[in-house]
Amino acid sequence: MIKSVMVMNTQGKPRLSKFYDYQPVEKQQELIRSVFGVLCSRAENVSNFMEADSIFGPDTRLVYKHYATLYFVFVFDSSENELAMLDLIQVFVETLDKCFKNVCELDIVFSYSKLHTILDEIIFGGQVLETSSTEVIKAVEEISKLEAASSAIALVSKSVSSWRSR
Amino acid sequence: MAGASIMETLFQRNLEDLIKASRQQQVRESLFISKSMDEIRREIKSTDLHTKSIALQKLSYLSSLHGLDMSFAAFHAIEVVSSPQFLHKKIGYHAITQSFNDDTPVMLLITNQLRKDMNSSNQFEVSLALECLSRIGNIDLARDLTPEVFTLLSSSKAFVKKKAIAVVLSVFEKYPDAVRVCFKRLVENLESSDPIIVSAVIGVFCELSLKDPRSYLPLAPEFYKILVDSKNNWLLIKVLKIFAKLASLEPRLAKRIAEPICEHMRRTGAKSLMFECIRTVVSSLSEYESAVKLAVVKIQEFLVDDDPNLKYLGLHALSIIAPKHLWAVLENKDFVIRSLSDGDFNIKLESLRLVMAMVSESNVAEITRVLVNYALKSDPEFCNKILGSILSTCSKNVYEVIVDFDWYASLLGEMARIPHCQKGEEIENQLIDIGMRVEDVRPELVHVSRDLLIDPALLGNPFLHNILSAAAWLSGEYVEFSRNPFELMEALLQPRTSLLPSSIRAVYVQSTFKVLISCVHSYFLHKENVASSIDSGNQASEVPESVSQRKFPESSDLTSEAPACSEQDGGFNPRDSNQSFEDLSTENDGDVTVTHGQASTSAYSGKSSFTLESIVNLLNLVELALGPLSRSHDVEIQERTKNVLGFIDLIKKEKLNGVIQGEQNLAREGTEASNAVKLMHDAFSKELGPVSTSAQERVAVPDGLTLKEDLSDLEMICGDAQLPLLSSFSLGSPQYGEKFDAPLSNLQSKDESEPLKESTSLLAEHRKRHGLYYLSSEKGEIVSNEYPPANDPMSQDKLSDDAADLVKLTEQSVASKKKPNNAKPRPVVLKLDGDEIAVAAKKPELNSDMLSGAVRDVLLGNEALLTSSRSNLSDKPSSNKKGKEKLNTDLPLESKENLGGEEMPGGPASSRKSKQRSHGKERKHKSVGKNGEEKEDNSQKKETQKSNHRHGRHKARQKADGPLNVVAQTPVIPDFLL
Repeated sequence: MIKSVMVMNTQGKPRLSKFYDYQPVEKQQELIRSVFGVLCSRAENVSNFMEADSIFGPDTRLVYKHYATLYFVFVFDSSENELAMLDLIQVFVETLDKCFKNVCELDIVFSYSKLHTILDEIIFGGQVLETSSTEVIKAVEEISKLEAASSAIALVSKSVSSWRSR
Repeated sequence: MAGASIMETLFQRNLEDLIKASRQQQVRESLFISKSMDEIRREIKSTDLHTKSIALQKLSYLSSLHGLDMSFAAFHAIEVVSSPQFLHKKIGYHAITQSFNDDTPVMLLITNQLRKDMNSSNQFEVSLALECLSRIGNIDLARDLTPEVFTLLSSSKAFVKKKAIAVVLSVFEKYPDAVRVCFKRLVENLESSDPIIVSAVIGVFCELSLKDPRSYLPLAPEFYKILVDSKNNWLLIKVLKIFAKLASLEPRLAKRIAEPICEHMRRTGAKSLMFECIRTVVSSLSEYESAVKLAVVKIQEFLVDDDPNLKYLGLHALSIIAPKHLWAVLENKDFVIRSLSDGDFNIKLESLRLVMAMVSESNVAEITRVLVNYALKSDPEFCNKILGSILSTCSKNVYEVIVDFDWYASLLGEMARIPHCQKGEEIENQLIDIGMRVEDVRPELVHVSRDLLIDPALLGNPFLHNILSAAAWLSGEYVEFSRNPFELMEALLQPRTSLLPSSIRAVYVQSTFKVLISCVHSYFLHKENVASSIDSGNQASEVPESVSQRKFPESSDLTSEAPACSEQDGGFNPRDSNQSFEDLSTENDGDVTVTHGQASTSAYSGKSSFTLESIVNLLNLVELALGPLSRSHDVEIQERTKNVLGFIDLIKKEKLNGVIQGEQNLAREGTEASNAVKLMHDAFSKELGPVSTSAQERVAVPDGLTLKEDLSDLEMICGDAQLPLLSSFSLGSPQYGEKFDAPLSNLQSKDESEPLKESTSLLAEHRKRHGLYYLSSEKGEIVSNEYPPANDPMSQDKLSDDAADLVKLTEQSVASKKKPNNAKPRPVVLKLDGDEIAVAAKKPELNSDMLSGAVRDVLLGNEALLTSSRSNLSDKPSSNKKGKEKLNTDLPLESKENLGGEEMPGGPASSRKSKQRSHGKERKHKSVGKNGEEKEDNSQKKETQKSNHRHGRHKARQKADGPLNVVAQTPVIPDFLL
């Protein structure tokens, strides 16, 4: 079971956080902070594991991957394989890359809801349901289409607000 | 109002605008956020669903990434979800999964919406609803939506089906009865041709079997098929995880899967699958030598890999196997030691664990030497990890690996001096613990303690204060082994002790007291000897008048303020310290090689140092140093100081007599003071020691004592804990008697300068008044003195903390002590059976119990119960109180459980019995209602076969078991597999 997925930048600003067991928001922030506290002290070219027992309680493991300015962090328990989780981070990032055409931190900052859509197709309530990025992209595109169709009215307000921000 | 809402809609900022704007606020982000929140609070009340949903989306963004509370929007989220627009629904469900929990009051309002969306023709809407259920589902939602989940399990769309399968996991967890409805369909999906579906089902079983593997043993053939046939690594990993659990329950299964797993190891190129195979072998198949050998070869490949991840996991696998196959670690010893200096903290830590796993009696000194040197060089964090693991390894099983305790005592002293050391508390505990348990080591401990106490630099390090506390206690408690009590006294009273926290200072004061008593006592003893040897008939006249005259200035000094005192004592102090420094140097020159046994025995005979002058100096020193403390704000310090000063006051009178009358006049032998000294010394010379945690249990409850009458409520709580304690009762009979010899009065008087009598009389009085709380006894009241105090709330820190662990050492260990030097046998280490007591098996959670019970029912086919529970299920929606239903489902289980419990011993083969006991709770549940003869209509032939088989056995066993209609049973693996 995956317990949590976090994406944060190298300054410790969270870009995405998802907890599959309910956590109060203060606790979420605290967890993100303590994970970052350990991550930022780790050198490059060391293993991608982190002792997480002191942060998340017993029987939890944590893997992370560092891409450019972002850390991708998966927290999970003994029913997942560590190396498979690393692969899964890879799948997630690959999918993002395909969805955003050369993903960068800004894409992730501005695409809050799409990010969640993608992640929800890969991980469902803490269980990994899809590991193929093509399948994920297929589903995400259809969902986006549905969203666009149902938000025709939204275009009006969107154009107004973009006018205002000018 | 309507106009305002239109304006709001038109000019609402969407999420993107919000993010953009917040990125432009470089400095005052918090202000910006709180302004946005005000905006959102306004917008979310809008009647326009679109405005509302955008506001909700912004809110969930802020909540998720900026930690703002969004519970106030719970109802709005439900409104948004009910929108027909997909976009709104999605935003609403996202907000709900993110913020709802069991305490959310409006939770039940979404039941209907979820049901509606689950029945939607749009698969993405169904998916949203399923995700929501899996994240926030509680018992009510799970129960009410079970029929929908059941329908979706056979959906034609793989996209929906896989999510329906995944949601089953949380539904089962929340509402175990759903198993009866959905389990069969879940199992059927294992046969699906779509690998995604199979992988989802296996994922669910992997989670389920983690909690209660036993229930899923009957499904082993299906899992086995996947293990052999599948090429999907993801799937294989999950199946291996299931088998790792099952194999430890069923040895025949382990034998069967060993070969396929080896095959995977030889064949696969995927590291993740390889590691899972290795882990399965090292954790669950460690009896299969060929498999283990292959796994170790593969581990070695991991170790030499450049990827630090593989290196780390390789070491991790080694540490799993270390307890059973140490050779695997030893084979890679060099690599492990080298990894200690790896750049990666994880790898260092893992190799440290492995190094500690290699520790044995013969190499413990060598390994710890290497590690301590290494700790000196490494960063503080790892240094403390090293120290921590040395401490825990050496103390394991009551210092099992330690033979040479003198060495260990000095090691502890050495560790205390490592600059980064933060393990003060642990070292403190171990110093005191070995002091009490191992009699032979006490001289060395006192020696080590002296070295620690005498170093003023150590007092500045707050991490060492605990250790100093232990050192002070040890040197006070075992002062008779000290070679130079005067020096010790100075160390205890040195000015920098003011840096210590008051609790530890109190220990120092108490130790000062003990040392003082010991010195004065030796002096009297010495005087007595001299007197008897010279001439006791020498009758000198008493000069009481002059005594009282001379006494006046001195005693006025005592009562007056400190300055006067210090003026007088000023003369003594330098001389005194000079003397001690001389002692120190001579000691360092020659004495060190002297064995401590000799030192301690010779300590008393050669005490020429206990002259009258030195004693007076000592008294003055103590008085001077402790004087200010008698007005300390800390009551502990104040009280103990007052005790010491009071004692000095008493002694001084006697001392002065000596001064006036000269050495030869010893007619006042029987005076109050020397008597008091003797009494105090006797009190302090009683030994302290550890006490078994079960000591109280051994006191037989006397007749007529009704302890449990008013405590029947507590019985439920304590019932579990008491069982193992009582069972260990018989083990410890040898030490039994001594345990109660440590007199209570002794303990108490230790901390008081009052004579013994008073404390006992107080005790008696207390007993009279609160007799109810004392254990009564046939021997009468005095006996109460002989029980160790359970937990004296008044305990004066260290001393009495340990007093809770009291026992007297055996005489035999004293006798065997005589050979302290080389090639020494391992000294006696006092063990209590309390040390071995295993932790009481924890009570399995009721919920998972019900789940496994339900799973077993379904797997083993029980139509009767099934139908009844189904009808139960259909009844349920009508009554909406959760509590009632719980009662419904619980009660029948509970009552049957009792029946099952009685019947258990009659269960299956004896080899299983031990297992059975530890799983008692679960097994009881399993036997629930196993009497049904009808089989579940099972589409899979294997299943039918299997249950046929089993039911045949059941009948036979049932007959044997007699009238009770309950069968204790294990899920059996069909033989064709094995």
